[in-house]
Amino acid sequence: MIPHFTILPILLPLLSAVVLMFFWSKPRNQRVLSVIGHGLTLMASYYLAQKTFTGEIFSVQAGNWSAPFGITFVADALSGMLVLLASLAAFAVSIFSAASIGNGRASFGYFPILQFLLMGLNGSFLAGDIFNLYVWFEVIIISSFVLITLGGEKAQLEGAVKYVTLNLLASVIFLTGIAVLYGIMGSLNLADLAVKISASPDKGLINTAAILFLVGFGIKSAIFPMYFWLPASYHTPPAAVSAIFGGLLTKVGVYALIRVFSLLFIEDPFIRDVFIVLAVLSMITGAVGAIGQQNIRKVFSYLIISHIGFMIAGLGMYSTLALMGAVFYLFHDILVKTNVFLISGVIFKMRGSFRLENLGGLYNKFPLISIVFAIVMFSLVGTPPLSGFWPKLYLLQSSFTEGELWIFGAILLASFLTLIAIVKVWLAAFWKKPVENKIAMERIVWHQLIPIEKFLILLPILILTTATLYIGFYAENISDICKLIAEQIQDKSGYIEAVMPQIETNINPENIP
Amino acid sequence: MVNNFILFPYLLLGIALYAMALAVPSFKTNSKRSAFSPVVPLLVFVFFISQLGVPSSRFSFWQAETLPFNFSFHLDGLSLLFALLISGIGTLIFFYATAYMKNAAHTQRLLGFLLLFMGAMLGVVLADDLITLFLFWELTSITSFFLIGFKNEDEASRKSALQAITITGLGGLIMLGGFIILGEIAGTYSIQEMVGKKDEIQSHAWFIPTLILILCGAFTKSAQFPFHFWLPGAMKAPTPVSAYLHSATMVKAGVYLLARFSPILGDHPVWNYTLITVGGITMIYAAFQALFRTDMKSILAYTTVSALGIMVFLLGLQSADAVAAVSLFILVHALYKAAFFMLAGTVDHETGTRDISQLKGLGKIMGPLFGVGILAAWSNGGIPPSIGFVGKDLIYESTLHHHFSPYLLTGLSVATNVMLLAAGLLVGWMPFRGKLSHPNAHKPALALWLPAAILAVLGMIFGLAPGLVDNILVQPIYQSISNSTPEFHLKLWHGFNPVLYLSLLTMALGFGLYTFIRPGGKTLNFIERSEIFGPRKIMHGLANGFLFLSEKYTQFMQNGKLRRYLLVILSFCGGILGFVVLTETTFVIDYKSLTEITIYEGVTVAILFIAIFLTLFSGSRLAAVASMGVIGYCLCIIFVFYSAPDLAMTQFTIDTLTVILFVLVLYRLPRFIRLTFSARHIIDGIVALSIGALMTIISLEVLYRTPSREISDFYAANAYILAKGKNVVNVILVDFRGADTMVEIVVLSIAAIGVYSLLKLRLRKNEKME
Repeated sequence: MIPHFTILPILLPLLSAVVLMFFWSKPRNQRVLSVIGHGLTLMASYYLAQKTFTGEIFSVQAGNWSAPFGITFVADALSGMLVLLASLAAFAVSIFSAASIGNGRASFGYFPILQFLLMGLNGSFLAGDIFNLYVWFEVIIISSFVLITLGGEKAQLEGAVKYVTLNLLASVIFLTGIAVLYGIMGSLNLADLAVKISASPDKGLINTAAILFLVGFGIKSAIFPMYFWLPASYHTPPAAVSAIFGGLLTKVGVYALIRVFSLLFIEDPFIRDVFIVLAVLSMITGAVGAIGQQNIRKVFSYLIISHIGFMIAGLGMYSTLALMGAVFYLFHDILVKTNVFLISGVIFKMRGSFRLENLGGLYNKFPLISIVFAIVMFSLVGTPPLSGFWPKLYLLQSSFTEGELWIFGAILLASFLTLIAIVKVWLAAFWKKPVENKIAMERIVWHQLIPIEKFLILLPILILTTATLYIGFYAENISDICKLIAEQIQDKSGYIEAVMPQIETNINPENIP
Repeated sequence: MVNNFILFPYLLLGIALYAMALAVPSFKTNSKRSAFSPVVPLLVFVFFISQLGVPSSRFSFWQAETLPFNFSFHLDGLSLLFALLISGIGTLIFFYATAYMKNAAHTQRLLGFLLLFMGAMLGVVLADDLITLFLFWELTSITSFFLIGFKNEDEASRKSALQAITITGLGGLIMLGGFIILGEIAGTYSIQEMVGKKDEIQSHAWFIPTLILILCGAFTKSAQFPFHFWLPGAMKAPTPVSAYLHSATMVKAGVYLLARFSPILGDHPVWNYTLITVGGITMIYAAFQALFRTDMKSILAYTTVSALGIMVFLLGLQSADAVAAVSLFILVHALYKAAFFMLAGTVDHETGTRDISQLKGLGKIMGPLFGVGILAAWSNGGIPPSIGFVGKDLIYESTLHHHFSPYLLTGLSVATNVMLLAAGLLVGWMPFRGKLSHPNAHKPALALWLPAAILAVLGMIFGLAPGLVDNILVQPIYQSISNSTPEFHLKLWHGFNPVLYLSLLTMALGFGLYTFIRPGGKTLNFIERSEIFGPRKIMHGLANGFLFLSEKYTQFMQNGKLRRYLLVILSFCGGILGFVVLTETTFVIDYKSLTEITIYEGVTVAILFIAIFLTLFSGSRLAAVASMGVIGYCLCIIFVFYSAPDLAMTQFTIDTLTVILFVLVLYRLPRFIRLTFSARHIIDGIVALSIGALMTIISLEVLYRTPSREISDFYAANAYILAKGKNVVNVILVDFRGADTMVEIVVLSIAAIGVYSLLKLRLRKNEKME
């Protein structure tokens, strides 16, 4: 039986988007339908993820053209987990948006585009074909571009220009990489390419293609020295948008690096060294950038860069432990980064500013909410036993045993600077006496909200915090899955087998249905 | 006796739940619930009293298979002493705190955090697994952060909290690094299992780095020089917090750690000399600093640092006498120092000041408190028959008989003790003597002096009957620290010997020094001015320097100019790509296999070049756009030459459309402004040309490969047979790779929505920045 449920996490957002467009100028209906759509996608993703956690790898051949001739969708445990987390984050953001996005944006396609973005994310996680992956990247980049510009405020447009220019550059380089690869291998299917590349003696051109992918995906994941678009743009759109961006966009780049490099290029020691050097520089650059920022969203933006370095370090070391650390960190980071950007949105509603010098007084005025926020922020820091701590243990252990002392040191330093950056936010936004800033005061909307709106704005934060706490306190459940994922990544045969069961047989047109 | 130590994790859970119940729901009002808070530590205390005399035991509550984490605990003499101090002093502190904070805001919050801290601290001293230990260690740092910054609207409190978490957070992470390496080289994360592998660990190449990393953690937590300054800063916390965290418990976590690792990492010259040096400097430096302060808590903070220095010093000496001395001194110090702190708090509570230069004659109205002061100063001064005397005897015993320069060590200890004695008198004696300065103050409530009195009296009782603590407490601790059976017994009277003479000398000098001290403005100024060269200034300077550099670096990288970003990314891409192409590929062009260039091709390429040149260097936007159109058309013609007319048609349409759209948009834009210098243009040009050249090389290389034609052959063969379409390209687009096409249609739709919204949507004012 063909496991068609594999592509439900792509189809359901598409369907929701189409339905939402029928309610173009009815924002009220869109708010409800959007949450329902994301809820359904979440359920489908959960179903898929549960199935993949058994270790089975599912594949669907689009149009029933068997691999490598058609387009393949593949779900292993890594894809399953990421689809689940992306859908969860999107669901949370969808609730937050329903309560916080104004009618202006809502009646100009905000909700359908949010669905399209999730479709693009889930598509990327499930794509088993490198060109198809490119197409999903297109969906992501164009949806995110629309979301970042929607509203057309001056700051938004300024950020968007940098965002879109550098991301288009990434796409061009990525596409060039595909062209080179297709030129030497004659195939686009990842599993097929994995087989062909391991048999090919043409290491020089293969590495050339690898570098093109590294730069293409590297820009998308905001690795040093390709991260510039991120601090330039993430603080400009509405909080809901920056939340989904902060949680997921760079992570797709990391996913693509893990998937494509583990299948095709990682055996080359030069490539791994490049990853390790870039990882160290990203960790430090991001963390150092974060401690000097005044805008809380910029603090979190720089921390994204730093923490992407953790994942890349794991990929570069490529031992089982290191990969476990990388994917564990990836999972933790999706939830926490989405959450901190949502939190900064709430802070803006409460205090009318994102800038530390205008904030203050949250702890005494909203003690309970503050404690929830504190839990999220300390998860981000990686205070044990919260979620960010466990993957760091793996990464520290593996970097010591692999002899990568620069990574060992960089992880410790970046963790320390993250702590300082977060403590500074805490002191200025939560503990300090409230600052009376006229412009900021006028923007405060929290007291005008009715209780149900407040509830809907806080609910997604609670959902994500619960998930983060689960990862922290039930870390073993996650680490079991991470172990499975690391083993699946290192042993490609399962993936190839799932995509092309007929790999040994010579393909005869008559055999094809 | 039944070993019920395995109930400990549940005890922890209970503490955490009660602490949260206390701190969370009624954040604003003070309710009756806080009145029960001393009961929790009391129960814990009773629990650990029941463990006295029980042989040491270890158990694992929960072990993860895929995580390097074993939630396991170990109870022996050392842990038990700390557990008893934490819970016993905790009980008294909670009694005291409920009275002290009676009319203050957020009392429950304070008590909740204090309880959480207590649970974390118990975890630190009872954990057997390194990661478990680190977990609780970090929790103590975090709860301490919240307690130091308790008066969160006060800027000084926030600064102290930041300072404390910076120092302890940094130390903690460095220590984590040490733990990971230690765990990896030992092959286990269990401390007890490591004790047996001492030689294996010490002979490992990574031993010394590991040792240094772990020592950093211990020194920062226990406020050793030059990291000590966070502790006097932490005195911004309410006094019950200072009494509990910053004298009796948390600051001793570092000492605990050193004692715990002494049988694993000790007996190594690096260990001994580092501890002796750091501890020695700390004890004398801090004791000296204490003499010049006028704030009671500040004096106590520096004497605490000094006492911690003594403990580290003794752990560094590591002789049998020294271990015996430290085993006892931990207890001695906790008893008198917590009493002192509560005394200072009560004085502050009743008079509104802690400045000893303004407090006089309080003994007349606060009799019981004066009693506490005398007893605490007594024990602190090491005057017989207090337990402090027994402790000081052991210290001198160990320095006198140490193989490494006994004169120097003894001299240091005597000098430190002299100053500590005088400092103790400043707090416990001076404010109570003379003419009454605060006639309106009245006798403190029972709960404000009784807890302190209990501790102070205990110091005397233990001194008169050292047997009470000898067998059940001190000897088991000795065993934990030195991993050998003790051969000593605590005694008050050893007869006339050098140690006794030293004690007498200390007392004489101490009392003499006290009569010379005139606390007040001048001396305070002196010491504050000398701080310019102090470690606090240096550390702050370093931190500010780091912040400055990191800001410069960030601004340099993120300078806001898109052009620069593109340049950096492309240079990086070009550089690394060039490296791979030059080193890893064999670059050959087989000219024979190339077709000859026809005149049509030559002309087209020439036009192409001219158009590129015009696009780049034209001063007018319209001309640039037009020449871009020309570039596109030239490409179309090249497609035609190479028999791809369908591609040419598509390209032709798109280029025409692009030019028209561009012209429409650009028509309304302001005049072109040149922002950059020509030198930068040259750099841009070089980067662009290099990337272009690289791409050409790569494309040529790729052209020489003969890839598998399996897939294209399949498409050609089956487009009509299986997919029922005659045009292969169409069949690929709509059938073989139909999914791509569908998604690209989605992309176009999204773009259309985006353009529409960008043109049409005008936000209302209240919708901006949502």
